[in-house]
Amino acid sequence: MTHPLIDRETRTPARTGSTVEFRGLHRAFGSTTALDGLDLAIGPGELVALLGPSGCGKTTALRIVAGFERPDRGEVLVDGADVTRVPAHRRDTGMVFQSYSLFPHLTAVDNVAFGLRMSGVGGAARRARAAGLLELVGLPEHAARFPHQLSGGQQQRVALARALALRPRVLLLDEPLSALDAQVRLTLREEIRRLQQELGITTLFVTHDQEEALSIADRVAVMRAGRLEQCAPPAELYARPATAFVAEFVGVMSRIPGRAGPDGGTVSVLGRTLPVDGTLPGDGEAAGEAGEVDVLVRPEAVEVLADGDGTSRIVSATFLGATTRLTVRLAGGSDVLADVPAHTAAALPVGVTATVRLPDRPVLVARRRGGNSGGRP
Amino acid sequence: MARLSGARYGRAAVWLAAGAYFLVPLACAVAFSVEDPRKGVDFEAYTGMFGADGFTGSLVLTVKVGAATVALVLVLLLPALITVRLTAPRLRTLVELVCLLPLVVPAMALVAGISAVLRWGPDHFAGTPLFDAFVGLQNPDFPGVLVLAYTLMALPLAYRTLDAGLAAIDLRVLVEAARACRASWPRTLVHVVLPNLRGALLNTAFLTLALVFGEYTVAAILGYQPFAVWIVVISGSQAQMSVAASMIGLLVTWVLLLVLAATGRARRTKETS
Ligand SMILES: Nc1ncnc2c1ncn2[C@@H]1O[C@H](COP(=O)(O)OP(=O)(O)OP(=O)(O)O)[C@@H](O)[C@H]1O
Ligand SMILES: [Mg+2]
Repeated sequence: MTHPLIDRETRTPARTGSTVEFRGLHRAFGSTTALDGLDLAIGPGELVALLGPSGCGKTTALRIVAGFERPDRGEVLVDGADVTRVPAHRRDTGMVFQSYSLFPHLTAVDNVAFGLRMSGVGGAARRARAAGLLELVGLPEHAARFPHQLSGGQQQRVALARALALRPRVLLLDEPLSALDAQVRLTLREEIRRLQQELGITTLFVTHDQEEALSIADRVAVMRAGRLEQCAPPAELYARPATAFVAEFVGVMSRIPGRAGPDGGTVSVLGRTLPVDGTLPGDGEAAGEAGEVDVLVRPEAVEVLADGDGTSRIVSATFLGATTRLTVRLAGGSDVLADVPAHTAAALPVGVTATVRLPDRPVLVARRRGGNSGGRP
Repeated sequence: MARLSGARYGRAAVWLAAGAYFLVPLACAVAFSVEDPRKGVDFEAYTGMFGADGFTGSLVLTVKVGAATVALVLVLLLPALITVRLTAPRLRTLVELVCLLPLVVPAMALVAGISAVLRWGPDHFAGTPLFDAFVGLQNPDFPGVLVLAYTLMALPLAYRTLDAGLAAIDLRVLVEAARACRASWPRTLVHVVLPNLRGALLNTAFLTLALVFGEYTVAAILGYQPFAVWIVVISGSQAQMSVAASMIGLLVTWVLLLVLAATGRARRTKETS
């Protein structure tokens, strides 16, 4: 019997994966509400990244899929069937944990073979399969090592192989890279993506690193306080955030005070009138007077010109390599972040007065937020 | 330099004092057990012990009761501690309190309570299945009541060692990783939790056995004759043999300890090779 996971040549590309659907998931721990009506549908073979600030319920959602947690209300469907009452060991999910979770008393190859052993695969067959999987994650020569003899990155690779060994319908990754150093994170996330695409496994990837989410996911689901804010492909999420929270959580966004035009189709900001691309629902807490809005801009869309008569002033500069990120204080007191090419940054030292310009493109508008405005650092 | 050697002398003095404290009585005991006024040295107390009246019976009884106690302690405590750790961390203090309670209940109080129950029980339950249970508990070949009493007395020790073992592993993650690998609850316990608690399990078993081997009060008052009681019983007629038996018991305990330490070390070297 050949196993498609091992026989790279005979492997069927992108077998049709399973679908996963959250329907109105609620889960409270005492007085904390971890999930507050989460709805999300994941297509077959799709990699969806769950992104959100700490404590927004990402891990809880994942653990409910794995069967380690029960929702108070709502259901989880896998391939259309409700699995809420299925015990964890019959869920057919593979999971990689944030902390190192290899069984300390087993070697790498025995760790990978553990699931096969539990499913009654014979000794020789499962060792062969496990060895193949270790090869798949690039660790064939470490088969006989115990977990404490492996580096963190190697341990997570073995954990990934262990999760893939049973060919799960759903792969669950709970911040598998967060304990690793930057370089290993980068290579391992590419590898996870490659394996996931080759095997066509429906995958939920929890992270609070937006760059990680944007770079490997088919779609990114941004969560906030136990609910879904927006689920969209990375480019769309970045360009057309559905809420002010998403706009400011994903990437960097500055707020510039503006005034809505009479028809609502334009906004006047920084002395010019620009078309409105979309109006985001505000946070509701501190809506200003009618007409007072914030224009949301990405740092790469802001132009800064040195100008002795300008009303703005450069208050700080951070060198980022190809670009320099300037913090510019506008006349009204709000700060705007701007990315300028490193060679023009030389003409814009900290302290000079400048003029800030926006390109002639439609802009995102959000209701004016109370208190201090300005970009997220 | 002077201070260093001073410290060394200090340490030597402590070692000497401690060694004398332990070894002098032992040496005296050994000397007493082999002393013979006519021949000088005589090992009869050791050789004759194995054939002595009651030796085999009491040893077998102790081993049986000890094994049963270890089994009962583990069966009671392990699932409880694991469940508490996984599902109700807030109950931990309560469990700890219950497990440590026997420390403050003196053995005498325990015995008094047990004998009261044993006397009162059969009268009230005569003719019911409970009556048979009471009789069965006091079966002289296998006194269940001793097992129950020793289990209670071993709880504090067992709790401490098992809890330390559980604290040393990331129980929740290991259990969940096993469950995600399609292991049912019992198989998770057998294939993942127990192997990683090996050291704690061995320690618990050893401490419990040591307790059972040395316990005198409860067994004597309830009228059974395990090894420790036998040693005291024969001390009247054969004082030398009684001391010799104690020495053998001590030796066996030390050997067990060494074996325990060695298995722990062997495992570690195997892993790093
Ligand atoms: N077992 C639990 N007992 C009590 N509260 C819990 C438990 N698990 C989670 N919570 C609470 O539920 C909320 C959501 O937790 P969750 O672990 O899902 O967050 P998260 O999005 O994964 O956060 P992070 O990015 O920090 O991992 C948090 O406020 C947390 O304190
Ligand atoms: Mg989490």
